[in-house]
Amino acid sequence: MIVDLQKFITNGQPVWAELEKMLNRMEAEPDLRLPLAQVQRFHQLYEHTAADLARLTTYSSEPETRRFLENLVARAYGEIHETRAKQRRFFPLQWFFKTWPQTFRRHIRAFYLSLAITAAGCAFGGLAIAFDPDAKPVLMPFSHLLQDPAKRVAEEENATDDRLAGSKTSFSAQLMTHNTKISIATLALGMTWGVGTIIMLFYNGVILGAVAVDYMRAGETKFLLGWLMPHGVVEIPAILIAGQAGLILAFALIGRGRRSPLRTRLREISGDLSTLIFGVGLMLVWAGFIEAFLSQYHEPVIPYSAKIAFGCVELVLLFLFLAKSGAHEKTGP
Amino acid sequence: MKTSTLIIRTPEGIVFSQLLAGPVSRFTACFIDQLCIQAALTVFGTLLSLVMVFSLSFAIAFYAIGYFIVSIGYGILFEWVWRGQTVGKKLLRLRVMDVEGMRLQFNQIVVRNLLRFVDSLPVFYFVGGVTCWLNSKGQRLGDIAANTVVVRNPQMAEPDLDQLLAGKFNSLRQYPHLVARLRQNVTPAEADIALQSLLRREEFDPVQRVELFGEIANHFHGKVEFPAEAIDGVADEQFLRNVVDVIYRTRPETAAAGRVQPL
Repeated sequence: MIVDLQKFITNGQPVWAELEKMLNRMEAEPDLRLPLAQVQRFHQLYEHTAADLARLTTYSSEPETRRFLENLVARAYGEIHETRAKQRRFFPLQWFFKTWPQTFRRHIRAFYLSLAITAAGCAFGGLAIAFDPDAKPVLMPFSHLLQDPAKRVAEEENATDDRLAGSKTSFSAQLMTHNTKISIATLALGMTWGVGTIIMLFYNGVILGAVAVDYMRAGETKFLLGWLMPHGVVEIPAILIAGQAGLILAFALIGRGRRSPLRTRLREISGDLSTLIFGVGLMLVWAGFIEAFLSQYHEPVIPYSAKIAFGCVELVLLFLFLAKSGAHEKTGP
Repeated sequence: MKTSTLIIRTPEGIVFSQLLAGPVSRFTACFIDQLCIQAALTVFGTLLSLVMVFSLSFAIAFYAIGYFIVSIGYGILFEWVWRGQTVGKKLLRLRVMDVEGMRLQFNQIVVRNLLRFVDSLPVFYFVGGVTCWLNSKGQRLGDIAANTVVVRNPQMAEPDLDQLLAGKFNSLRQYPHLVARLRQNVTPAEADIALQSLLRREEFDPVQRVELFGEIANHFHGKVEFPAEAIDGVADEQFLRNVVDVIYRTRPETAAAGRVQPL
């Protein structure tokens, strides 16, 4: 049987138009809360349109009308059957002080693992440089790190002119964007069942460990702390959190010990991944500023003790923030 | 199994389908988006040349940050504001949607765009392209992680029944009761075959076209037996035109039947 399409469209159009109007309104206003009567009407319109689609699919070969109805039913279906929390207006302060630290704490095991992998990398890099100093070019393929630490410290401390004069802003922007890219890569490589994330974290640890031991062996521990701590106490945890996000993704992919299907597992974490990576971005903006405007200045311009103290304060504040902020408020989904 | 259609079945038992986008159309859309990003960066760079007059360092910093934000944020912003579409996707009529037909969430858009990093490895979205090709729903890694698919909404070419049927006398209409029975007996698939054969007549070899129309006409002759005076001397192709006319246009004057009016 073929549907009398003209009659079918004439009869259905008012309903479809009303449904489309309601959908447009709901999609345009995420905070919209419909009164019960309108919710009932919406459901009624959805069922009517879905029935029209079923009728058309069964009795007619009219592709364009079918596509139109399919599109309408698909949108209404998404609105009605969506069980995730409705996206509301974004409140930056609430996100910063509550959502982000809560998300971090909810996946603290992944962070510990990220920390352990980096620590293993540090140990490897440190031991490698301690036992085989000739391996330095292999472990630290960056020209500015290959220099003899003592020589570098002497040069920095005796410098009479500001080598970053006029380029601090651009230097900090380059640091921010580069480190954020590395963090995104660390997260994204979680899709390799975590192998890529682990390699990134371990390699980061190797470089860090190698640099640290290289400077300590040269007796420049104080310089090292003064140089790295102001920005490092924020930058390194940021990379660790990016690693945490990558590992969360990997755990969801592997799904060991969980019965929920892959799609559900991935759906559960997508919000947390976004939250963590945006948090990482903020941390790296701060770290970029500090590295360009503070970390690169040494004694006699800025005393090492002041830089170390600044780093310690940052570390304590960061720890308190991640451990306590939003702790007494209701945890998100 | 790889299919070109995403079929979603609602709890009410309604089934709706969405055509999945292939790797080539997606890559083309991505290429267009890259051109848009480059254009935006060129404009941005030109504007920054004014800042350069005051401070070169500031100009470089702004450009570095601007480049980063535009290249990462372009997809996120457009897909969020345009409900799953970027400029490239809009031009190619593609759209990102939730794999289960749910509302596309901001987090999903962020995840699928951030994971472009792995999809673009080692060059030219090789990993993403291969994954998309192998995946049953045509998803790249970012889509898998975000539970999204890219669907295409092809522009439906509305058959011009007026031109197709040319307003000729339709002998079948002399027998409304038989026409009604024909409409009752013909399935949508059969009706579509008749319509498509007429729409695509120029694509067939002349000899094969005659054979094809003959076979289809025979099939419809079997559905309802019209009196000899209604079909004698009517060529198979004309008979099919008459069949399509009575199936798709309930009344001869309703030439616009079958077209969706703008709502």
